[in-house]
Formats: sequence, C-alpha cells, structure tokens
Amino acid sequence: MTSPALATLLRLPSGRLDLLPYAALLDLSFERVGEELQLVMPFAETLIGSPGRLHGGSIGGLLELAGLLTVIAAQPEGEALPRVRPVTVTVDFMREGACVETRAAASITKLGRRVVNVHAQAWQGSRDKPIAAAHINFVLDWPER
Amino acid sequence: MSEFADQVSQFMGPFLGRVPHNKQLGLRFMANGNNWVELQLPYAPHLLVDPDHGIWASGPIITLMDTCVGMASMLTRGAFEPHATLDLRTDYVRSPKAEATVTARGECYRMTRQIAFVRGLAHDGDLADPIAHVTGTFMFAASKLTGGWQ
Repeated sequence: MTSPALATLLRLPSGRLDLLPYAALLDLSFERVGEELQLVMPFAETLIGSPGRLHGGSIGGLLELAGLLTVIAAQPEGEALPRVRPVTVTVDFMREGACVETRAAASITKLGRRVVNVHAQAWQGSRDKPIAAAHINFVLDWPER
Repeated sequence: MSEFADQVSQFMGPFLGRVPHNKQLGLRFMANGNNWVELQLPYAPHLLVDPDHGIWASGPIITLMDTCVGMASMLTRGAFEPHATLDLRTDYVRSPKAEATVTARGECYRMTRQIAFVRGLAHDGDLADPIAHVTGTFMFAASKLTGGWQ
C-alpha cells in the first residue's frame, strides 16, 4: 500500500481516507475517539439504495473498512506490515440507514498473526442503536523476510 | 418465463440506473429467470481498496451481491413488495483477476410468508470458478403473498 502510509496516517487524531480509492468514493474520514478508531461517512445522494434509505452495500463497505483499518492500526509500529484481506464478511442489518451521517467502529476479538477476528458496528446519531453490524475474519499475508 | 419475470426483465435495466448507489458503482443488469438474476460490475479504479496490490474493496462486491439476491427475492415473491436485507454473508474464495468485470448470479431458493432465503456467487468470467459466494435472508414487511411465485 498504502499500508505504511496508511499506518502513519491512522496515528493522527483525524484525517481523510483518500489513500484508499473506494474510501474516497464514499467520502470517508476517520477520528480517534479515545482508543477507538471511528470512520465517518457523510450522507450523499449517491449512497442511496431505495428511496430515503442508504444502500446496504454502502453500509457493508463502511463496516468492512472500519474493520480493515482497525486491524492495520493494531499492528506494531515500525514493523513490516502485512497485506490484510477479508475472507468472510457477515453483515446483519438491524435498522434502516437514514439519509444522515453514519459512523462505524470495530473491535478486535482476536488478534492473531495469520487471522484476525473482528466485530464492527455502524450507527447514526445514537451509538447504542446500531443500524448494522459485521463479523469479519481477516487473513494477514506477511511479506517475506 | 412467467409473466412477472418477463415484466421484470423490461423493468430491471432502467431501474438499476435509477438507484443512486448502483449507478455510482456502475452496476448493469444482464439477465433473469423466474427466481434468479444476473448483474455485472465492470472494473473501475475507485472500486479498489489497495491500488498497489490491485485489491478490490469488499463494499462494491457486497453492493453487487445484495442488489442481485434482493432482485432474485423480489422475482420469486412475484410482486414489488418492500423488503429489507436481514443478513448477508460473503465468502471471498479468491481474488478477482486484475481489472476484471465481476458477474453476479443470485437466486432465491426458498420463500416463506415473511422471509426470502437467497444465495449467489460472483465470478470474473467462469461461473465454475467463482471469486465469492454469498448467502443471506431478506424480510418482507407485508405478511401476505401476492401470487405468481412458484
């Protein structure tokens, strides 16, 4: 990547994610809130799926990126970074995505060297009313030494 | 094909172009049967998450598959009833070839009063060598079936 530049970027308190083309398409930025990395997806007409609702795919994409970036930010500083790819992504949709800003954050259930299990949540306004959640298993490919 | 499936064939192409997020990603309608739909997502640089390794973001594939199996569920329902994705699992079995057009094939394999059970796959040219498998469920707001489904 992107990976070393991205890892450096993610140590800042906030910033845009234009390094990742798909994140730029969704107009994403991030904010550090305490220890947590939160992704912010502003509302845009282009995110709509059915009238008045965000497309489930755009919410799924946001959740996956929250997971991916949380995994990259959790790698030890100064070491070579692995290529991180999702192998299974399961998204549950709990509430309609309204035409407002959406936030997402992820927590790592298990940080392994080869596999990282992640739970991500997306919400609008109220953190305790998630609109969607994802369970993602990432596989890490380490560069050869 | 059923009359409803024929009607859907006419309607689907223009409809996809009117859904803003599908339009943004460039989804195309290809074909349908009574309970299945085929869509395509042509490669574009903004669909990647890691341009250095040519890795696709997951989001565009989820959007493609969600739309595809959602359409399949509506076809099988036999009516344009509002429905919402309950859950969708995507297994990425391999990476797509560089700059490939991704084709999605989705079907509804079981329809109940409230729930549509769907499955599908995405491939980059060979249906027998998929890049991703999906399985999911959709929930219908209305509990009454309105004819036409098998």
